Amino acid sequence: MAVTDQQRRAYVASQAADARVNVELQTEDMILNIGPQHPATHGTLRVVANLDGEQVVWADVVCGYMHRGYEKLTEVRTYPQITTLVNRIDWLSSFANEVPFILAAEKLMEIEAPPRAQYIRTILFELARIANITLFIGTMGADLGAITPVFYAFRDRERVLNQIEAVTGGRFHPNFDRIGGLKDDLPRGWIDETKAVMNRVREFCDELEELLMGNEIFQARTRGIGVIPAEVGLSYGLSGANIRASGIDWDLRRDQDLPLAWKDLDWKVWTHPDGDSFARFWVRLQETREASKMVDQMLDGLPAGSIQAKVPRIIKVPAGEAWVHTENPLGEMGYYIVSQGGLGPFRCKIRSASFNNVSVLPWVLRGTYVPDIITILASLYFILGDIDR
Amino acid sequence: MSSADTEEQQDQTAVEADGAAANAARQQLLDELKAALGDAVVGEHIQGGDLWIRVPASEWRRTAEACKSTGLDYFDFLSGLDWMPSAPNPEDAETLSVEPEADADEAPDAEEAAEAEAEHEAEPQPSEAGTVAAYETAEGEPDGGWATGVAGGETRFQVFARFHSPRRKLGVTVKADLDDEAPTVASIHDIYFGAEWHERETWEMYGFVFEGHPDLRHIYLPGEFEGFPLRKDFPLLAREVKPWPGIVDVEDLPAAEEARQDAAINAAQEGAETEGGS
Repeated sequence: MAVTDQQRRAYVASQAADARVNVELQTEDMILNIGPQHPATHGTLRVVANLDGEQVVWADVVCGYMHRGYEKLTEVRTYPQITTLVNRIDWLSSFANEVPFILAAEKLMEIEAPPRAQYIRTILFELARIANITLFIGTMGADLGAITPVFYAFRDRERVLNQIEAVTGGRFHPNFDRIGGLKDDLPRGWIDETKAVMNRVREFCDELEELLMGNEIFQARTRGIGVIPAEVGLSYGLSGANIRASGIDWDLRRDQDLPLAWKDLDWKVWTHPDGDSFARFWVRLQETREASKMVDQMLDGLPAGSIQAKVPRIIKVPAGEAWVHTENPLGEMGYYIVSQGGLGPFRCKIRSASFNNVSVLPWVLRGTYVPDIITILASLYFILGDIDR
Repeated sequence: MSSADTEEQQDQTAVEADGAAANAARQQLLDELKAALGDAVVGEHIQGGDLWIRVPASEWRRTAEACKSTGLDYFDFLSGLDWMPSAPNPEDAETLSVEPEADADEAPDAEEAAEAEAEHEAEPQPSEAGTVAAYETAEGEPDGGWATGVAGGETRFQVFARFHSPRRKLGVTVKADLDDEAPTVASIHDIYFGAEWHERETWEMYGFVFEGHPDLRHIYLPGEFEGFPLRKDFPLLAREVKPWPGIVDVEDLPAAEEARQDAAINAAQEGAETEGGS
């Protein structure tokens, strides 16, 4: 049966009317720039969010405002000079950056630091972790509108930084690790002081647990927000507490054989099955407490002896390739060093944790609401220097 | 001296035993990868608890899929290598490469260096002809063979990536040779999502084109940036303008400030200079 002209005209008119209504209801997408200067980005990261109403349609992350080209610079420096550079990658836990680099050079040279040096390295590594994550615990609250925790965090982090400064001379950039050992031994009285500080760190964790985690607003803003399934996280290369909060029981301190003290200690890897912002916060808080216990154990079991293995005065690393990664406060950090037998590396690929951790943002921000962007940025926890290198 | 030697030997055997256990797991992974990839594995290397394989660029995607299906579901990184011999700064070569053999003052270091070299050469290396020999030719004659690293290689450019398995607790470094003139390789961003950013970074740093990448644009550098900074023939401008002083910083101070320095510091600096120059 043929469609009459009248029917056809009525159909076209109704379609046109629908289209008019749709056009009137449709709001134009809005581009919202978060950063480069925004408190929640902790530096200069820019998130471009395309919003439909309050909801994110797509988000793009713009980084590179702080790119310093360390991979190129390592090629014109000697191995001992490079620790100064890598200090500045993740500047809140600088000593932890030095360790995998030094270990990679030592792996190629086939030397190992003496046990005492290994222990002191691990102690400083864990102190760096505590200093770093303490600040996260505070700023996570600040980003969500709770101002008090950040003051507590700065206060108690300072005690840890004082201990790091007492050994290395630097609060932020220790530059203390040497190929084959360390620059100096521990100062007198340091062990007792550090134990007192570790007690304080555990008290801080308890305080923050009461202040934040039981808080109804905090829970409402973090539970179920920014859920990252384990397989997506792995595919993006999420590491550290971010992937442990998605239920992956993986910690490079435990799961590989490195010449460091972790294998001698009694400790636990914390995981959380939820994969949301709350889980990430929870895992990091547990890790801080765990790290303080590890430092106590290491201070009790500190071996005596030399802190420096025998190395040539001018350090030449034999030709070869080595990859060493460690569990840094922000996640997996690794160095792929290609040596051709010279005084400096031929190529040094720096794999930093935050770069991969942030690359998941376009995926996880899709479909979230504007206030949740801040929560997710805060809970993924990145350091700008660690993204931009 | 002899007791120290024995201790060293014991340590060495212990290390080797540990390494053997670790290498067995890696050998198994290598066998699985070979079963999945067949002849595509053109180079392999197991050393020091690490595993490398090399595949042709045309098999890059298939390798990533094979790695993912063998349980290596964690994406570590992806980047590039430029094997062109580098002399970023001629003065570097003079000040930095202190030749121990040529200098009487460095005699102890020379011995140690020679020992280290001898040890290195004595190591069992499956692709020895491709590595150690290649390094030597690269040092000996500037336009001779280039060093191409472990697992071998034939071209100037290589793309390399690392995949890891948190469950099996081991990983693999995969390399592929790329064409010198037009380095092109397939994108793996839909197999490992994290590769999307790493491919953008590698593209801007090395100029490798990743076919099938949805959005190949600058990630670190400004959009109008020209050149590929991590290539060895890209000059480091800071070094062109002011040569790197070398091991000891011998930068001259402005005259006025220098006058204010006290004599002790000057003397110390001079001492350091002569030491560094020797």
